[in-house]
Amino acid sequence: MIAELGHFALALAIAFAVAQAILPLWGAWRSEARLMRAAPALAIGQMVALAVSFGCLVLVSVNDDFSVQNIAENSHTLKPMLYKITGAWGSHEGSILFWCLILSLCGGAVALFGRPLPASLRARVIGVLGVTAFGFELFALLESNPFARLWPPPLNGRDMNPLLQDPGLAFHPPILYAGYVGFAIPFAFAVAALLEGRIDAAWGRWVRPWTLGAWCCLTGGIALGSWWSYYVLGWGGFWFWDPVENASLLPWLTGTALLHSAIVVEKREALKTWTVLLAIGTFALSLSGTFLVRSGILNSVHSFANDPARGVFILGLLALIIGGSLLIFALRAPTLGSSGLFAPVSREGALVLNNILLCSIAAVVMTGTIYPLFADLLLDQKISVGPPFFNATVLPLATPVFLAMSLGPTLSWKRAALGPAMIRLWWASVAALIVGLFATFGMKLLPALAMAAAAWMFFGALAEIVERIRLFRVSLANSFQRLIALPLSTFGTTLGHAGLGVTVAGIAGMSMATEQVVLMKPGESVALAGYEFRLVDVHDAKGSNYNARVATIVITEGGKPIVTLMPERRSFTTQTMTTTEAKISTNFVRDLYVVLGEERDGAAVMRLHDNPLAPWIWFGALIMALGGACSLADRRLRIAAPTRATARAAARA
Amino acid sequence: MNRRLLLAVPLVAAGAAGVGFWSMLNGMREGKFDPRGVPSMLIDKPMPDFTLAGFTAADVRAAGRPIVINFFASWCVPCIEEAPTLLALARAGVPLWGIAYKDKPAATDAFLTRHGNPFAKLARDEPGTVAIDWGVTGVPETYLIDKSGIVRWRFSGPMPEGAAQFLAEKLRA
Repeated sequence: MIAELGHFALALAIAFAVAQAILPLWGAWRSEARLMRAAPALAIGQMVALAVSFGCLVLVSVNDDFSVQNIAENSHTLKPMLYKITGAWGSHEGSILFWCLILSLCGGAVALFGRPLPASLRARVIGVLGVTAFGFELFALLESNPFARLWPPPLNGRDMNPLLQDPGLAFHPPILYAGYVGFAIPFAFAVAALLEGRIDAAWGRWVRPWTLGAWCCLTGGIALGSWWSYYVLGWGGFWFWDPVENASLLPWLTGTALLHSAIVVEKREALKTWTVLLAIGTFALSLSGTFLVRSGILNSVHSFANDPARGVFILGLLALIIGGSLLIFALRAPTLGSSGLFAPVSREGALVLNNILLCSIAAVVMTGTIYPLFADLLLDQKISVGPPFFNATVLPLATPVFLAMSLGPTLSWKRAALGPAMIRLWWASVAALIVGLFATFGMKLLPALAMAAAAWMFFGALAEIVERIRLFRVSLANSFQRLIALPLSTFGTTLGHAGLGVTVAGIAGMSMATEQVVLMKPGESVALAGYEFRLVDVHDAKGSNYNARVATIVITEGGKPIVTLMPERRSFTTQTMTTTEAKISTNFVRDLYVVLGEERDGAAVMRLHDNPLAPWIWFGALIMALGGACSLADRRLRIAAPTRATARAAARA
Repeated sequence: MNRRLLLAVPLVAAGAAGVGFWSMLNGMREGKFDPRGVPSMLIDKPMPDFTLAGFTAADVRAAGRPIVINFFASWCVPCIEEAPTLLALARAGVPLWGIAYKDKPAATDAFLTRHGNPFAKLARDEPGTVAIDWGVTGVPETYLIDKSGIVRWRFSGPMPEGAAQFLAEKLRA
């Protein structure tokens, strides 16, 4: 009954989406105020219907209703409650419904917070979101119905992949999806602006907060996924250039570019056509990534039930959404005027450089990801593109980004001089030099250079604030007052750039990681990176739906015990699958990472890692996302201000 | 005019990619395009020699017609998924010979009783050595051997509908 209710609510949501796709767009085209005003109500109706539908799916999952195929295939009575709830978005069908839910939340958000928007623009934005939502909900209903019944119902379910039964991964998809789908709003704004035939500073001001929100979520989602693969998969790595990882990195790169180019539209009314293309492209990349993963075209550790038939449907959907929006772009973009001239050395110039480099990185990553597929299709050649390609191509493109990043914010708009900017950053370059020299003692050349770049980014980002509060040039109290008066968006920029510096430092440290694979008997010790790892025993343990072998490892430094780690090998009874539980001891500067492998003849294979600076990788990402949130908090305050000003101006006129 | 052309470039690029992906999906459905698999080194080469209880390479060559050989196991979940497809092929008159890979005889028999037996002949490769000679990457895996004992086609994993159709057509031709 609950499943049918959810199914019905999904159908209802499609009905809303059809109306939302047609009425507002028609109304905006014919200037019918009544039709345009219907848009918010329709978007909210769709959102409520989908929330009910998704709520039903969670309820069915919690109730262990194995007559629902999706639940029978992915759940089990013994599965812990947390994963019964989060499992609702873990399966293919559930995740598509969840995707639709977030898309409808986007529509609802524009309906609720978009009141200051001009009526026709708001109607068109909501209408474009309606078209997109309609396509995906139709896919959910026809090709991957999460509420399909199974008769006769099995006594118990097939259970979820044990690797996915992890708190980190439980919350990774919602955050990541919020990022992917969040870019639907800038996309809708871009298409709406093309339909309107007008892009101005106000448009840039409205697009930026939505882009920022999506960008924060995507940053957090990617970091969480990388962290999960670090501590769950037990390989000791954090990024594998896996196609699915690349698929999430691509919209992040173009989204970051969009974030920066939207500033230029807002402040200087330049780069309009380019920004619109970026907004369309970013959402297109989000969608294509999902498509490539779900259709089984890309070979990856992240596998959903692969089905070419589903792939054909999604491809049709992409043709409609991406093809349609690019067609509108090709037809309407030539009419967009461009204004706001600037010199090459200026804030705008720096942002253009940022865009060129970020998009080049995206192009390189995209080439590496899909080239093997096309080589197979067109040249009949099996090749694989791995980390060496990506490391060799991304690094040279990322280096200028790192160097220019600190410089950009200190340049002035329109026309700037490099000399004074360099002088303002003198102490950041000194700091970078010192860190770099210091790093050469323990590191090879390349990681040491990366450490210097990281210090340059970190201190360069701080320099912006130091400059603005005139630290040490006026009294400390005065500086403090200036600090409080600074707009939050300044902190946003600083945190965002400093966060990247921290991440780069983490990656540089991680490249110095050492590992050892050894066969150990209880009582034996192994030395690694100045630590002594002693295996005390290996014993049995029992969990709610698994049996485990647990090793006790005592780590000592100079005879002093620091920590006891207990890595596990878990055998899941319902899925006949074994997983390794790596155990990590971290002191924020280095991770000691221990994995228990196979056992034979009373000895156990142990993998021991020493990962310097590893936690900084994800900590830096967190700082970046926080910076985005900071900037977002500031934006919201400022969004209303120009509207009031225009209203006053209108009243005066 | 130039600017117009320039702004149509994204559309053209996306369209080209779309056509490419479409033909990949089509190829995947027919088993002609496999993005994940490693290509078999045996294609258009004679099948490796083997002698198993049940049938031998010589029996396959002596059949005088193309034979489809399917590696399977009772412990393999995708094999259950593939069972109905194989049964349909057998009913359509496709000569299917099975090789049970690393499986206990009793378990194999129970599997075939439960999910139906599509195989005209059954051989048992309990140590899995024949599978190594053939370069089997995992079960199920299906090979098409022509009259003269040359491997003509291989599919790794459970065959989807399209691949089975493609195989049936190939046998008819």
